[in-house]
Amino acid sequence: MSQFDGAGGGFQFDLLERNEKLKEKGYRVPVARKTGTTIVGLVFREGVVLGADTRATSDTTVFDKNCEKIHYIAPNIYCCGAGTAADTENTTALVSSQLQLHRLNSGRESRVTTALTLLKRMLFRYQGYVSAALVLGGVDFYGPHLYTVYPHGSTDRLPFVTMGSGSLAAMSVFESKYKDDMSREEAEKLVYEAISAGIYNDLGSGGNVDLCVITRGQTEYLRGYAKENERKFRKPQGYSFPIGTTSILSSTFEKSFVPTPLVSDPESSSTMAVD
Amino acid sequence: MEEPYTRVSMPYKGSHFTNEEHMLGTTIMAVEFEGGVVLGADSRTTTGVYIANRVSDKITPLSERIYCCRSGSAADTQAIADYVRYYLSIHQLDLDDLPCVKTAAFICRELCYSNKDRLLAGMICAGWDPLYGGQVYTVPLGGTIVRQPYSIGGSGSTYIYGFCDAHFRKGMSREECIEFTKKAVALAMTRDGSSGGVIRLVVVDKQGVSREMIAGNQLPVISAE
Repeated sequence: MSQFDGAGGGFQFDLLERNEKLKEKGYRVPVARKTGTTIVGLVFREGVVLGADTRATSDTTVFDKNCEKIHYIAPNIYCCGAGTAADTENTTALVSSQLQLHRLNSGRESRVTTALTLLKRMLFRYQGYVSAALVLGGVDFYGPHLYTVYPHGSTDRLPFVTMGSGSLAAMSVFESKYKDDMSREEAEKLVYEAISAGIYNDLGSGGNVDLCVITRGQTEYLRGYAKENERKFRKPQGYSFPIGTTSILSSTFEKSFVPTPLVSDPESSSTMAVD
Repeated sequence: MEEPYTRVSMPYKGSHFTNEEHMLGTTIMAVEFEGGVVLGADSRTTTGVYIANRVSDKITPLSERIYCCRSGSAADTQAIADYVRYYLSIHQLDLDDLPCVKTAAFICRELCYSNKDRLLAGMICAGWDPLYGGQVYTVPLGGTIVRQPYSIGGSGSTYIYGFCDAHFRKGMSREECIEFTKKAVALAMTRDGSSGGVIRLVVVDKQGVSREMIAGNQLPVISAE
């Protein structure tokens, strides 16, 4: 039976065993693109604010300086993702589509606990191998909600949360400045400060600050709320250097490719080898 | 030639607390009294050396009058509690009455035992039912089940076995049991690094359920401090 015959879809882990074997033989295993991240969430008087940095890294290289880490779940629910970029994007997309179908069936607005339950059940089923660490926030019939979801499927409900490699820097800001019943302006500013703390003090975080403010009946996605790392000293019209700006000290030319005959000719092969 | 700058290694490579499993390094306990039970727990949840939640609630409802204290992996114990709550809610419809504490504990045991190679969960099921009154059942790591007049669990419990043996008496009143639980959990929290935060208390009896929270700066005063 082919490995693709089984119905139901989902993830496959067949390559895991192969990768272990390759590792034993001394191959350097390529690493997945991780979002060494700062993501946060905060409950205020009328709703929730979610925040994220925009750096995506692969090993020590910055892969994307301006990626999106606040994912859409429903019109009234959004979710920040840390961990492996592919896993956070696919888990949120999967849950988002399940909720969309649920809304079409029920004709009602999605609830945050429904999203939470779908996420935690899926992550628990995959026993932590789907590395998605999430901050889930939204406003529904019962008011504002904020949760964290860990890769193994455990969840917490708190008034302010941080996750990712920059979570310590961000949490120190929240722990020193959080108040109950903040206004929207205060909440936005505090989330911005927390993400900035991650951008400046954590190597895995960087780029810009994205925010998402969710209140009853309204969601505002503030992409690029603050641009902490704009390139400076760039000329608006770009740079142009006249040919010869860099002097040529010496030059040599070599044949980069020596063609070999397609059909080997026993008589000419000895003479064709090198010129 | 000397390096002009200090090289900083990437902190999130290899084993990092952000990649570790969520654990309940815990102090939990439950005590029977005439006609009810007291459940107590600290509120610390850790990922490695980082406190992921300092105000978590490890005392989870399973039905109207049955609660459980969770220790071990947060993901595993939350999943178990969700399943027990689901099975009990259906059982309650069949029964048309409040389910027995023993039933809840046995469902919990069944899940823990049949999945013992995949779970890290130490649970205490306690509550009140109209048939047998207040009861405390312990379901430790291997998935056995024991009824006890009182039960302690989690990493912090090792520090208070002596205290509990010395101070537990059969037939304590509701108020005496609350004081006993508060003091025991406070003692464990001060000695165990993986326990801390606030004390959460749940009292279940015929009248209903009452909750109490003792803030970290208002713990019972312990002598010699």
